[in-house]
Order: sequence, then structure tokens, then C-alpha cells
Amino acid sequence: MTQAVLAEPAPLPLPDFGSEPWWLIIIKVLFVFVFLLVLTLLTIWGERRVVARMQQRLGPNRTGPFGVLQGLADGLKLAFKEDIIPAMADRPVYLLAPIVSTIPAFLAFSVIPFGPTVSIFGHRTALQLTDLPVGVLFILAMSSLGVYGIVLAGWASGSTYPLLGSLRSAAQMISYEVSMGLALVAVFLYAGSLSTSQIVDAQRSRWFIIAVPISFVIYGISCVGETNRAPFDLPEAESELVGGFHTEYSSLKFAMFFLAEYINMITVSAVATTLFLGGWRAPWPLSLFSWANAGWLPMLWFVAKLCIFLFIFIWLRGTMPRLRYDQFMHLGWKVLVPGALVWLLLVATARALSFRDFLLYAGVPAAVVLLAWAFWPTGGRQDRPPPPVERGTPPRYPVPQLDAEPLRRSAGKEVTRA
Amino acid sequence: MLRPYIPILFLGILGAALAVVSVLGGGFIGPKRYNRAKLDAYECGIEPTEQAVSAARFPVKFYLTAMLFIVFDIEIIFLYPWAVAFGRLGLFGLVEMVAFLATVFVAYAYVWRRGGLDWN
Repeated sequence: MTQAVLAEPAPLPLPDFGSEPWWLIIIKVLFVFVFLLVLTLLTIWGERRVVARMQQRLGPNRTGPFGVLQGLADGLKLAFKEDIIPAMADRPVYLLAPIVSTIPAFLAFSVIPFGPTVSIFGHRTALQLTDLPVGVLFILAMSSLGVYGIVLAGWASGSTYPLLGSLRSAAQMISYEVSMGLALVAVFLYAGSLSTSQIVDAQRSRWFIIAVPISFVIYGISCVGETNRAPFDLPEAESELVGGFHTEYSSLKFAMFFLAEYINMITVSAVATTLFLGGWRAPWPLSLFSWANAGWLPMLWFVAKLCIFLFIFIWLRGTMPRLRYDQFMHLGWKVLVPGALVWLLLVATARALSFRDFLLYAGVPAAVVLLAWAFWPTGGRQDRPPPPVERGTPPRYPVPQLDAEPLRRSAGKEVTRA
Repeated sequence: MLRPYIPILFLGILGAALAVVSVLGGGFIGPKRYNRAKLDAYECGIEPTEQAVSAARFPVKFYLTAMLFIVFDIEIIFLYPWAVAFGRLGLFGLVEMVAFLATVFVAYAYVWRRGGLDWN
């Protein structure tokens, strides 16, 4: 009987969030708020240090031990900078945009589970601010609302570069939201729920990164595009668009956009952890011991996994060159979307026919092959063959060619030197 | 039923307080030195384009992307409840969803063929 095979172990009922004592709710709200702010400051510092190391520099190391207070110092500096509102700006919308951008960034994090049930001042409660039957949908909704802040900021600035930057940003975010949403469907097929705590619960025996590896890869790529981070940071392409949508913003208004961007990065990392890496569950060898998944310890696993994701974000920025806009759209609409759809159909078919292990044995090698193809040096699309090298009279000693004649002949073409 | 949303409301108030205080407070803390050029739109030092917004025209591709997004987003919204209830629907659910996805896929293939997904 298919029904019996498909039946999962009954998911835990949702804890009764919101009916807890008010002091407990306030403690949790303050904790999430401070956690996000502190982690943002640490991420800014960590990013600058790690990227500096990758570029053989030292990075900020003056403010506090190892320069760890650099983010705070930057924030304070921004607060004491002049607050400029351009004459062409649409004032109310211009002031509203950073607020619209910041609030959803905070809200999206509210349904992320930090750990199992613990006792706080004698009160049993789950280490989670709140949970909804539509938890993941809520996160996606909030991250979509963030687009409004960006579009309004670009439009209200009354300037060309921000307008173009915000249009690009919006197009990019909605394009990658499609593949992001499609990648998550496979997780819900396995978990049978949209609530974050129930999805973590469904990963008791096997993390979803093993069950649906291709979804994880697609989600990972799309969330880099969704957060406008390198190598997909086209809205902020400094060489062509100055600063993108926040070119005209200064002082603390700029700081709000910066904060929202980093919180969004933390949120997508937390979602990836929750949906694919077992959330707060201990990694494999440790998960055999029951103490590793009880009490306050799981918070450590959660934060560790979160930091791994944040490091990957920084690593990508230090490694990859920025894509061209058409390459970027090509990847989103012609590779990720059909890929996610086909993979979803495969997962659904395997599930309906209760043919689970097929996915395990076929999916993991497929994901490895996919990643290898993506990172293979010549695997990318070659738009045009390199133009033939034009040689003038060869100089007797190696100098850069200074005569203008060969350059003029090849005007319009790329001049390559061997 | 709406009780789980109470903590979200609290967090939203806290976030809004931070954002509003920062946006309004920035004007009070920082210095103010008037300079006409400072208030101009930033265009790398050249005279800014007149009426960048009201006269702005941008590629129709952006509209097309938004329309495509709506099509696929609605598809995703249909997929979520289906995925959650999949264990109970079984093979019937699979066949139904394949039929639905095939319908959307025809439109997708058409857009691809007509060059709607190319960006030049």
C-alpha cells in the first residue's frame, strides 16, 4: 500500500508560541535582535579579514583585539557623517526606503529554530522565537518585501545610477527567487511540512542535503543571487554603476542598507542550515550520543553551520569575478529554473513510487558532476573565439607595444597580446 | 490562531524602532555644511542628467522579467501545498502536478524560443 510506505513518522505538534509568558517572549525577541546585530558586526569584520588574507593583506587589525570592533567603529563613524538628501530626491519615499529594507530583514529571521526545548528560569520552552505552519513561506515573503526597499531607494534618489542599479537589483532578485522557491519544494516533499521546527524534526535520521543534494546546490547558487553578493553583485557593479541603488545615501541611512544586506545574508544561511543541514542537530558522529542533541549545546551546532555558510559567501567574494548581466540572467532562467523543475519531477516520481534510494545513489554523484562542470576551467560558455593576435615588427627586447598602428587597425576588436 | 505572530510583531517593532531612529537621527548627529554641488545627483562630477526619474526610460526587458516572475511565482505557490500534502495524495497527486507543470512548461518553451529569456 503506497499510503503506508509514504507515511512519515508523525511530525511534532507545533509548540504554543505566543501563549508563553510575556517576559519569555521579550527575552527571546531581544536575543534574536542582538544576535543579528552582533553577528552582522562580526561578519563585516570577518569578511574584511578573510578577504584580506586571500589577497595577501592583513585587513583591519587596530580596533580591539584582532580588529574585531571594526564593524562597530565603522557604524559609529557613519553616524557622525553628514546626512545628505539630494535636491532631486523624493523626500518621503527617500526616507522610507531604508526602513522598508530593514524591517523585513529582521522579520525573516523570526521563525528560525536555534535549538530544542530547554528550561529558562524553570519554564520549558523551545529555543525558537516563534513558529508558523507556513514558516518557510513567511521567510520567502519577507525576503521578497526587501525588494521594495531597493526599488524605492533607487527610484526616489532622483539620479541615474541608483535608478539603473535598483532596476537591475529587482530583476535579479525576482529571477533568482524563482529557482530558490523551486529548489525548496523537494524539501517540503520529504518533510511534509512548511514549519521550520518540523522540517528540522524530519531530519532526525538523514539531513536533506543527502536526500536532495541538487536542491541544495540550486538553493545555494540562488541565494547568492538573491542577496546580491559577489559574484552576482551586478547591482553594485562599481565599475559601471558606482554604488548601485544606494549611491545617493549617506550616513546612517546607508548603514541601514548595509545592515539589511548582511542580515539577509545571515538569514539565507540560516535557512540553508535549517532546511538542508539538519538545523540545530549535531553532525553525524556526535549525533549518535543523545546529549549532543539536547539542552543548550545544539545552539553551538547551529551557529557553527551558520558560520560555515557565511564563510562560503566570503570565500566566493574573494575568488570569483563578477558575471556579465546576460550571463547571469542566462544562468538563472535557462539553467537553474529548468534544472530545478526537472529535479523536482524526479524527486516526486521517486517518492510516489517509494523508490527512495535511487535519489541517494543517483543524486549525490549527479550533484558532484554538476559542481565539477560548473567549476571546470573550460566548462563555461565560450561566446567567441579569441581574436587572432596581430603582430607588428617584433621588438628586439620585451616591451609593451607602444606604436599605435596595430591598435588602430584592430579598433573595435579586443587586442590580445600573447 | 494569530498568537504565534505576536513575537514577530515585537521583533518588527524593535527593527522599525532601530531603522526610524537611525534614519531620522542621522540628520541630527552629523554636521551640516551647505554646498549646492553636494545636493546634486552624483554622476562622477559631470552635470547631472535632467529629470533622471520622470523622463526615465528603461529597457522593456525589465517588465518582461517581472511578468515571467509572476507566472513562475504562482506556479511555486501551487507547488507548496501540493508538496506538503504529497504523502496523502500519492500517485494521483503526481499525475495531476505533472499535467500542471507540462502546461506551464509549454509557455516556458515558447518564451525561450521567442528569445524572451535572452538579454542583449
